[in-house]
Amino acid sequence: MISPSYLHRQGLLSWFLTRDHKRIAVLYMITVTFFFFVGGLAASLIRIELVTPNGDLLTADGYNRAFTLHGVIMVWFFLIPSIPSVFGNFLVPIMIGARDMAFPRLNLFSWYLLLGGGLFTLLALLLGGVDTGWTFYTPLSTMFSNGHVVAVICGVFIAGFSSIFTGINIIVTVHTLRAPGMTWMRLPLFIWAMYATSIILVLATPVLAITLLLVAAEHLFNIGVFDPRLGGDPLLFQHLFWFYSHPAVYIMILPAMGVVSELITAAGHKRIFGYRFVAWSSVAIAVIGFLVWGHHMFVAGQSMYASLVFSLLSFLVSIPSAIKAYNWSATLYKSDLTLHAPFLFALTFIGLFIVGGVTGLFLALLAADLHAHDTYFVVAHFHYIMVGAAVAGYFGALHFWWPKITGRMYSQLWGKITAVLIFCGFNLTFFPQFLLGYLGMPRRYHSYDPDLQFLNVLSSAGASILALAYALPFFYLLGSLRWGERAPMNPWEAAGLEWRVPSPPPVHNFDAPVTVDFEAYDYSPEARRDPL
Amino acid sequence: MIRSEQRPSEPFVAWAQQREAARLGMWLFLAGEAMMFGSLILVAGFYRLQHPDGVAEAVAGLHFGLATLNTFTLLTSSLLMTLALTASEQASERRLRHCLMGATLLAALFLACKGLEYSLEYREGLLPGFAADSPLHLPSARLFMNLYFIATALHGVHVLIAVGLGLWLYLGFARGRLQGHQASTRLEMVTLYWHLVDGIWVLLFPTLYLVGR
Repeated sequence: MISPSYLHRQGLLSWFLTRDHKRIAVLYMITVTFFFFVGGLAASLIRIELVTPNGDLLTADGYNRAFTLHGVIMVWFFLIPSIPSVFGNFLVPIMIGARDMAFPRLNLFSWYLLLGGGLFTLLALLLGGVDTGWTFYTPLSTMFSNGHVVAVICGVFIAGFSSIFTGINIIVTVHTLRAPGMTWMRLPLFIWAMYATSIILVLATPVLAITLLLVAAEHLFNIGVFDPRLGGDPLLFQHLFWFYSHPAVYIMILPAMGVVSELITAAGHKRIFGYRFVAWSSVAIAVIGFLVWGHHMFVAGQSMYASLVFSLLSFLVSIPSAIKAYNWSATLYKSDLTLHAPFLFALTFIGLFIVGGVTGLFLALLAADLHAHDTYFVVAHFHYIMVGAAVAGYFGALHFWWPKITGRMYSQLWGKITAVLIFCGFNLTFFPQFLLGYLGMPRRYHSYDPDLQFLNVLSSAGASILALAYALPFFYLLGSLRWGERAPMNPWEAAGLEWRVPSPPPVHNFDAPVTVDFEAYDYSPEARRDPL
Repeated sequence: MIRSEQRPSEPFVAWAQQREAARLGMWLFLAGEAMMFGSLILVAGFYRLQHPDGVAEAVAGLHFGLATLNTFTLLTSSLLMTLALTASEQASERRLRHCLMGATLLAALFLACKGLEYSLEYREGLLPGFAADSPLHLPSARLFMNLYFIATALHGVHVLIAVGLGLWLYLGFARGRLQGHQASTRLEMVTLYWHLVDGIWVLLFPTLYLVGR
């Protein structure tokens, strides 16, 4: 007997009160898609403003509010929850052979927290917004800002707890609910990436929470901590803030790396090259990522010796990152390659990640950072990682697991067109910004030197392609729900437990208890001929 | 009424597995809490290095006696929670309830004592945000008072939650709603939380009151 799929039950309450990790994942997907478009709208405003050198569309203050809206929404309400909360939720239990996450009620509660925090923030931003940038640097945020700083901080604070609870849930699930035979070295690399991410979520987010609380106390009750008038130290805020926010970058990129490991092996139908190295490099990135925050403050007056150490440690992160990039390439060598849409997203990821990573080394270099700090070079660098690579990873995951989540196939052609458009549009948008930054254009100004207009127009033109490419899947993926073919159990001929259950999966994922007697990425000829 | 008592909740197949998961989850949550208070302690340490004179002035004005009494109160309540856990393992319901009530009352006493401390400081004009003319001379002394206030208030919120949890467990046991595995898991989790709140105070007490006296 085939048990009904998790989508079988109908009615809004069956969604809003669900404890099924798969349904919660879908709730998250809808939520982050909404926030992605809100943040994208703000980005469009920024790029339209920068087409001309004069500030003519937005006032200086309006521009500040637009990029703050963009940053806050994209970082905390799209990028951080994107892969961990959507695909982590959907896949972690299935990939390890479990029926659900360890704490299903906490899981649903996390979603409500994100939603509540997000709406709170959105409301505050719409009522007039904040002009501090997503970093809330003191003393700007506490003494001079005239926006709704406290309200936005509250929203981010609430969403932070969503992150913490999701992280706890994932770690506990991986530890306690693995199916018999699913040893650590048999886990899919996506699970390793999610595990490493969760460590950061659990240990770094509380530091952000307390830092924001201190800012709010300073702003509301005049209880100074960072305020220089009282002898406080604004640099202390930057230390605490980046202690969270640098690891937060790895919260965004590590899950995408996990996704790419899945995509590459599924496209190449080959076991990953150097499984252990790829697995441990995720953990290494998470651990070293905690020790590099000072590279955001090279020009902020921190001790030269501290800067030296932070610079060295920042260089160290490139080692595990490079291990991943090389091992993905080595996996593709002499593989039995299928060029499907998810694979093109994986290639997009690798290309953009390498550019973003290598330019990161420029910025980790003390002397070079002095020149490039707070210019568009930095903007371009972190967008290559956080947007180019991380969003390509998210879209790759979306295209890869869409048939599993919804039970429908989408148009491969449109998927491929989107991947190519993202790659081209992204490079056209952000590569000119490296040049702009090198030429000295500072970030966060709504007007600029007329000599720089050509590069800015290029960037805005690229942004329009990018906007189209990011919007396209919304249409053809939704269309597939109505017109798409029914998805088979394993449309990509991929290995992994999630491809051994029907699409969409039944309520309890597996009809019979699972025992694992195969390695991860078992693409041996016997395994492929006989898919369960 | 037969409750779901015999069966562990949804994704788990055995009670041992569920308890292990609850323990791990709680420890992770506590690790997060430790990071949160750790930042505050770090800030306090930074201030002490940066402004030793100001901190000394502020520390001299704190109510050391009350805080010592509070330390004693909170440590004893933590001990009672541990005894409650032992009582539950020995299936001694009466002793369990007494210990729970004792621990909760002591935690409430801690809060009352802390409130008294705040009111004294309010009268002395030491509380930040209220007094225009603080008796503290150095700006950095006021800065340290701010941090003292935030750290103890945040810790106080945690104690308040502990009191709530203690009452909730007590009522659950008194009305006989909490039994078996579920009861012992919950009791253990609350005890872990209690010890964390206690442990944070053990670090806050010297950081704020003792060093430099």
